[in-house]
Amino acid sequence: MYAYDELDRTLINERVSEFRDQVKRRLSGELTEDEFKMLRLQNGVYLQLHAYMFRVAIPYGTLSSRQLRQLAHVARRYDRGYGHFTTRQNIQFNWIKLAELPDALADLAEVGIHAMQTSGNNTRNVTSDQWAGVAPGEIEDPRIWSEILRQYTTLHPEFSFLPRKFKFAITASAHDRAAIKIHDIGLRLHKNAQGETGFEVMVGGGLGRTPFIAKTIRPFVHGSDLLSYVEAIMRVYNQYGRRDNIYKARIKILVHELGIERFAQEVEEEWRQIRDGALKLDDSVVEEIRSRFTYPAYEKLAHMPDELRKAAHDPHFEGWRRNSVFPHKMTGYAIVTLSLKPVGGPPGDATADQMDALADLADKYSFGEIRVGHEQNLALPHVARRDLPTLWKALDKIGLATPNVNLVSDIIACPGLDYCSLANARSIPIAQELTRRFSNHDTANLIGRLHINISGCINACGHHHVGHIGILGVEKNGEEFYQITIGGRADENAQLGSLVGPAVPYAEVADVIEDIVEAYLALRANPDELFVDSVKRLGVEPFRERVYATR
Amino acid sequence: MTSPLEQKKIKITGPSVVTANRTWDGIVVYRTPEQGWSAKLADAAIVRTSDDARVLLAESVADDVGAIGAYIAPVEVRDGGAIKPGNLREQIRSAGVTIGLPVQA
Repeated sequence: MYAYDELDRTLINERVSEFRDQVKRRLSGELTEDEFKMLRLQNGVYLQLHAYMFRVAIPYGTLSSRQLRQLAHVARRYDRGYGHFTTRQNIQFNWIKLAELPDALADLAEVGIHAMQTSGNNTRNVTSDQWAGVAPGEIEDPRIWSEILRQYTTLHPEFSFLPRKFKFAITASAHDRAAIKIHDIGLRLHKNAQGETGFEVMVGGGLGRTPFIAKTIRPFVHGSDLLSYVEAIMRVYNQYGRRDNIYKARIKILVHELGIERFAQEVEEEWRQIRDGALKLDDSVVEEIRSRFTYPAYEKLAHMPDELRKAAHDPHFEGWRRNSVFPHKMTGYAIVTLSLKPVGGPPGDATADQMDALADLADKYSFGEIRVGHEQNLALPHVARRDLPTLWKALDKIGLATPNVNLVSDIIACPGLDYCSLANARSIPIAQELTRRFSNHDTANLIGRLHINISGCINACGHHHVGHIGILGVEKNGEEFYQITIGGRADENAQLGSLVGPAVPYAEVADVIEDIVEAYLALRANPDELFVDSVKRLGVEPFRERVYATR
Repeated sequence: MTSPLEQKKIKITGPSVVTANRTWDGIVVYRTPEQGWSAKLADAAIVRTSDDARVLLAESVADDVGAIGAYIAPVEVRDGGAIKPGNLREQIRSAGVTIGLPVQA
């Protein structure tokens, strides 16, 4: 966990006071909505279909049990008893009242949580691998650098009015769990030929109306140069990014229109001028940030304790362990992913009661720490393997032991037309129906790893372009229709999916997805070939033929 | 359901209302004939011409302490005068989400 200092606390508290005054002036009519809108957006407050929506940042996906309890408190006191974890390590409350928002913010500030820059045309929450600091084989903990970027970008005066929003993601593992290639800047920590640690910098990724996979602009940037290099990128974007057309304002469009080589030249020229200036990061600064991260006092434990050996005879436990428990850098420990995708449930939602109970379990079994992943699941990052059977029973009691992590019913979905003012079609009911269709765990395990991502509009909050199966809601003559793509992925081999056929109406979506999965089972080379690899090997056509021939 | 957030040209083809979200708490409201706001669609002022819609919208937008994001939405007026939302988006805004909430009220 990162420990905030006095400066951080003061910043957050001042922001709450400032926003309290702004809300007061808005409610009295002193500020018009036009004047207030940007102020509320900079504090994560949107207006959705039924109410205001309040988006709270969970920087690099790390939460303490105390913070999770406070999120539960906000859900219970100011909202309707639940929150929605998003694809960018935020939590959203859907029913908040503007008049009560300053109090909610003040309560969150008590535990070092805020909503600054979770909206607006500025740098958004810096996201990272939810297994940061515990993943085996990791170069180093990427949260150190996430925190440096968080501090650098928070209220940065030059980058508070960018052409459009700007998103960073960082990973330090070979396997990308942070979807860095669909971010404005993706950073991959790695070692160069000399054994030095630095960053591969990728730029111009993003989904939405015009999706692009990020391109590598520099294969290696030393840590000491990280801030000056990203500042050079953002300066070029700030200068040349389009402000006349919201649909062409993201950096991905600039990179695409200039070409990566030309864009890189502009960045190099800017960097040359600022590289050795105030943004050069001394080791001492990095070490100071590093020193404020605390790590658990792990015990020396056996990899295969008796408790685990005995529990292995229980098929239900084994079914859960196989899909939810992952290797840890420390022998005798495990990372446990908690599915927020129960059968028939809205993806990513957790009730206040679940959050409270999970906070207690985190204290008991995970050194008081919880992680949030972009797949809209949670994780306990430091669980002793001997505790897994007991933890499983406790998670099952609170509905957080659905054994479907990474399987077909572990669906990413945006709130869609049930909540969102931008949506064209519903996402959640489609996800719910699919979880029911694929609720048989044996079938789901037979299918294997398969990510279905659903967005209710072209803005792509559900990351449909990079779902192994992507579902996009569109409107046709007042009716909900859904375009379906296959072959996308958001990992280190990130790729955009391809349309498999014409859009289908709401009532047919689940049938089509079932047919696509059946086609995969018939077409795959062997049971180990993942869905996405079958699509890569075969292309879309064999799937189209099987799924659409009779439609 | 195309988002009506950017209504530049006002042209209605059937009965319509002005809807918005109440400023202090965000709930869905409808402009009433008495130049106020109501949470009930049944209380909404109905307009049937583009000129009337334009006037009702202008008056609604001017009251931004009361409600925000005002726009014109289609409705159906059934036999007997019952007013129903004219599309799925408005149906969801009027009746609430189409899914069960994780915590029942």
